[in-house]
Amino acid sequence: MDDIPPYPPIDPTTFDLIVIGTGLPESIIAAAASTASKSVLHLDPNPFYGSHFCSIPLADLPSFLSTHSTSPSPPYQQSSDESNEFSVLGLSTRPLYSSIDITRFSPDLLDKNSRKFNLDVAGPRVFFCADKSIELILNTGANQYMEFKSIDATFVGDNKGNFSSVPDSRAAIFKDKSLGLTEKNQLMRFFKLVKGHLAGEQDVKISDEDLQSPFVDFLNKMGLPPKIKSFILYAIAMADYDQEDTGVCRDLLKTKDGIDQLALYNASIGRFQNASGALLYPIYGQGELSQAFCRRAAVKGCIYVLRMSVTALLVDKDSGCYMGIRLASGQDIFSQKLIIDPTFKVTLPSGSSPPLPLPLQGKLPFFSQKDDRGKIARGICLTRTSLKTDMSNFLVVYPPRSLFPEQVTSIRLLQIASNLAVCPPGMFVLYISALCDDEDQGKKLIHAVMTTVLTVPRINSESNAAAQNETAGSSSTGTSDPGEGKPTLLWSALYSQELTLGQVDFICSTPMPDGKLNYDDLVDAADKLFKEIYPEDEFFPQTSSKNPEDDDDGDGSPET
Amino acid sequence: MHGRPRKAPKPEDEAAATAKAQKLRALQTQFFSFHHSKIYTKDAVELSAKLLEINPESYTAWNYRKLAVEHYLSQPDCNPDSVKSVLNDELGVVESALRQNFKSYGAWHHRKWVLSKGHSSIDHELRLLDKFQKADSRNFHAWNYRRFVSELMNRSEKDELKYTEDMIYTNFSNYSAWHNRSVLLSALLEKKAEGFLSKENVLPEEYEFIHQAIFTDPDDQSGWFYHLWLLDQTVTIDYPLLVSTWPAHGSDVFLVGDRCQIGSSSPFTTLFSDSGSFPIVLYFNQPVEGVSSSTVSIECGFNKSKDLLWEPLSVSNSQTAQVWVAHLKFPTSELDSSVEVSVGHTKEIVSRRGFQYNHPSTFSFKVHVQPVERDSSQVSVAENILWREENFNVYGEQAEESIPIVSFDRLCIKNGHESAASNWRIEALAKEIECFRELLLLMDCKIGKLTLARLLTAYDAMLFPFANKLVHSEEVLELYNDLMKLDPTHHRYYKDEYSSVLLQKMTSSKESLLQHCFRYKDSVSSAIGNTICLRLNNLSLSRTRALEKLLWVQMLDLSHNELQSIEGLEAMQLLSCLNLGNNKLRSLTALEPLRKLKSLRVLDISYNQIGDHSIDTTRYLCCSPLSHSVGRELNKDETVINDVTLNYWEAFYVFRDLNLYQLDIVGNTIADEKFKPVLVKIMPTLKRLDGELLD
Repeated sequence: MDDIPPYPPIDPTTFDLIVIGTGLPESIIAAAASTASKSVLHLDPNPFYGSHFCSIPLADLPSFLSTHSTSPSPPYQQSSDESNEFSVLGLSTRPLYSSIDITRFSPDLLDKNSRKFNLDVAGPRVFFCADKSIELILNTGANQYMEFKSIDATFVGDNKGNFSSVPDSRAAIFKDKSLGLTEKNQLMRFFKLVKGHLAGEQDVKISDEDLQSPFVDFLNKMGLPPKIKSFILYAIAMADYDQEDTGVCRDLLKTKDGIDQLALYNASIGRFQNASGALLYPIYGQGELSQAFCRRAAVKGCIYVLRMSVTALLVDKDSGCYMGIRLASGQDIFSQKLIIDPTFKVTLPSGSSPPLPLPLQGKLPFFSQKDDRGKIARGICLTRTSLKTDMSNFLVVYPPRSLFPEQVTSIRLLQIASNLAVCPPGMFVLYISALCDDEDQGKKLIHAVMTTVLTVPRINSESNAAAQNETAGSSSTGTSDPGEGKPTLLWSALYSQELTLGQVDFICSTPMPDGKLNYDDLVDAADKLFKEIYPEDEFFPQTSSKNPEDDDDGDGSPET
Repeated sequence: MHGRPRKAPKPEDEAAATAKAQKLRALQTQFFSFHHSKIYTKDAVELSAKLLEINPESYTAWNYRKLAVEHYLSQPDCNPDSVKSVLNDELGVVESALRQNFKSYGAWHHRKWVLSKGHSSIDHELRLLDKFQKADSRNFHAWNYRRFVSELMNRSEKDELKYTEDMIYTNFSNYSAWHNRSVLLSALLEKKAEGFLSKENVLPEEYEFIHQAIFTDPDDQSGWFYHLWLLDQTVTIDYPLLVSTWPAHGSDVFLVGDRCQIGSSSPFTTLFSDSGSFPIVLYFNQPVEGVSSSTVSIECGFNKSKDLLWEPLSVSNSQTAQVWVAHLKFPTSELDSSVEVSVGHTKEIVSRRGFQYNHPSTFSFKVHVQPVERDSSQVSVAENILWREENFNVYGEQAEESIPIVSFDRLCIKNGHESAASNWRIEALAKEIECFRELLLLMDCKIGKLTLARLLTAYDAMLFPFANKLVHSEEVLELYNDLMKLDPTHHRYYKDEYSSVLLQKMTSSKESLLQHCFRYKDSVSSAIGNTICLRLNNLSLSRTRALEKLLWVQMLDLSHNELQSIEGLEAMQLLSCLNLGNNKLRSLTALEPLRKLKSLRVLDISYNQIGDHSIDTTRYLCCSPLSHSVGRELNKDETVINDVTLNYWEAFYVFRDLNLYQLDIVGNTIADEKFKPVLVKIMPTLKRLDGELLD
């Protein structure tokens, strides 16, 4: 970031809202606030949109990850000539990623094509065709700025590298060759029960008692065999933790929620004519999503300044209330409200030079506190062959205990091919993620999937000795013999990401990418945050009565 | 396309409809004037196109266009290029009409007509069809047209079969796709195409395929239809077979001129005949045609006549029947002779589906003739057959030894030659039975129960030659009982099936049959001689089926059942006394099978509902004075009983050919005072009506 050209000063200098970071929740709030006729300044220190939701070229990924893995950038040099009106609190970032492990097995090929990659930093992530996020995109018209393609199928994987397709619809159950006749009957009857329940048919109502009970208990009560239970829990309801081990399960799914998930899945299938399955993925990667909302905000008058770091917060000396920010250019900008992403933290002024306003003193420890919600381990792998010969874009779920006995969370793998413009032709990107308690556990989970589905070549000892040690130490990779028919790994990036929720305090912060498969929780958080800061205003008021079904994920929509 | 609720029209819709109708009327008026004056100018033809675009259902307009095309083709100046363009215009008109209504009969027909002219490219048609079948995969017009096109372009059946598979995978609730699959498979099997040499290889895979649909969604009907077709393919033996005969092979037939019991001859095989002839009955497994003196040869010492007349025993006047009869004359002098009947040594006995009878078989029996000593009518007149309980004695064990064991066993022909080939059928059925038992364990399902009942029945029938009993009949009866309770809407169907299984069960073994055999009074003085009465009364039967083992019966009691039809009874050529009292027969036409029973002398149809309804509503086809066959027969006698034919044509039609001595008809709506004289007039032979002696 040394080559930032000098910026002309920003005018005006006072806004209703300043948003720092162009991650998805920030972009949604910027768009919502602009739509509600607020004046908004949206800043991002990066030269691209998306922050931690970005899709970036291969060559940029290592530096992006490492920038956000180290300790704070040099603390703000407090100058003595502060005005008397406000105190200046230095702003720095805290590390989000850790245990970064980037290994290249095929150097030349990737360098040539580096710019042709659009790698998601927060993958794997998709849309359900009928989820809230798609609803929001259609409702706000953000779909004008992006195109989607259907994910062909969902599979459940096992430790032998087999994929079983998830029988998620009547036609899929009929077609599935791995299900027995009895299983087909049980599964379809269960789907019908859920459908009848949701349609409010009296004779198939699921009792309230059942609705409040754990979903897994309800499935047991329905007499569904383990295989089908696993399909429903982890590949359709997308539960993260082992639902049958209450000792380790942190998100025991209630029947009510499980059924809502099923309903969402069911409504997703066949919603759009061009989408064969339940899931969608944006062409050019998920970074497009933030950008689409930013464009939407810009149309409504939001001002965008990229490559602009913020160095400090300006707070009222007496009340400790937020007043504005100081840009890296030195300019001070003032606003009523501020939204930042939670990787920023206020650096406590060393020494005692300007005394901290009293009201703030009590809050700061909390504000800079790191919450302990565990981590998410992510992996990006590149190959030249698809994991499945007849398909290029698909999701694989590895339910808890499917790869090794100690696996307590499900691991999800999303393969995306070049037809979604995320990599050069003939290549495939695999996104893998799993919730974990610490880096080692996370790495073990990601490695378990990699060794199951990929041939990991022996690492050239000169190129990356450190990485090799780590790899060998944390998993049982060993020497994979080639010729098993598994795709060969070309390049991989493994890292752990902190999970932080948004906070509403004297400064509001947005959540970081979560461990979910879709964006709905993030959209909800943005909605909630917006309502906190603008309780009077509506979050994207319904403008026209146009039928969203007409807005296909078709081919005609303009592309950025 | 399917399952969309109809919306009530809004006022503006109605206004639009009125405007449309006005425009349409104007167009139509002009169109008709062109049509009537045979004007085929460009403008006139374009007008019809406009009309069809709005209303594709205008058949006249389609026909007009056909005439216009023909007119154009007959012009001297037309050349191949212009023909092509004219026909392409037609295809264009059809396409826009189909866009308006893709289920327009006229439009699809017109397209066929244009294509069969042979000047248009067919390749475009499949693309068009794909579009239509994507829009509505169950559009049977499109499927029909697809069959037409694929035949026209000689597309292989295997490709089409693959297509049905794809459509079924997209959505298996597709009657048309399953149907087309059955059509294609039949064609491939018939051709013995590669990979489709025999049902044995093809059907198991199809069963596997349909199970996926049935288990996934047992509530969906389309799969069950296909399963029924598969079951039919499995059970049906294509080739006609002889199932049973009368007289049975190896039996001794005692022909007596009077009705006194002769020695210790078997009641199963003693026959009184006052006509000097006895029937030979051939009972096939399916309706056949071509039974004649050239396909069935008879060797006997007493009748050298070659041209024996074989008559189909079918209610309709067709020349196809499951049962055939011929009457062989015997001399009046005492005689012991053997008769040998050979069936199917030439290939002209053919099933309805075109399969030849190709298992030539021969059966022989001995005939013992006792000469006529008295005038038979003197004896019979006095006798009044009373179907009272006290008149029947159990034909019990004391009499059993008098029945030659062989006679029962030989009532039915064993078709050993089929058994080897049928192993796969038995296996397939056993597998299906297992499969559906599994389904019923999972859920209570009506169609599942019905299918299981059908499977078990078919399985028992197939195994009968080996097991000699119907192993599952109790279970099947239980299933039908269940179904009658579960599904009252189809009660009558289940009842019929129940009756059929019950009859099969009762006739399946000698033991069970003997329980229903009775001797009428003290037989020596009886007018019916040595005959056993088979009493199948009080069984709540609704149908008479499975009669192939009852060909020997001369006295039958079917009273106090729930019969609405007696179809099939015409096979029992030896019947002389029949009790149908206290049933649910609703019309005289329901008695039509009786017309074929030339030996019938005593009939009880009292306490039915005859006259409640003028035609037999249980059958699709019925005779009426308007129907050709009946009319022709009536004409002959028109002058004789004109008044009768006017008011009681059914009675005339049914009873005219019968030689009844005794009739009980009391307790029917029709049996009023006016009707009795009519009956007497129709049947001069009648001696006793409702128990009263006639002069």
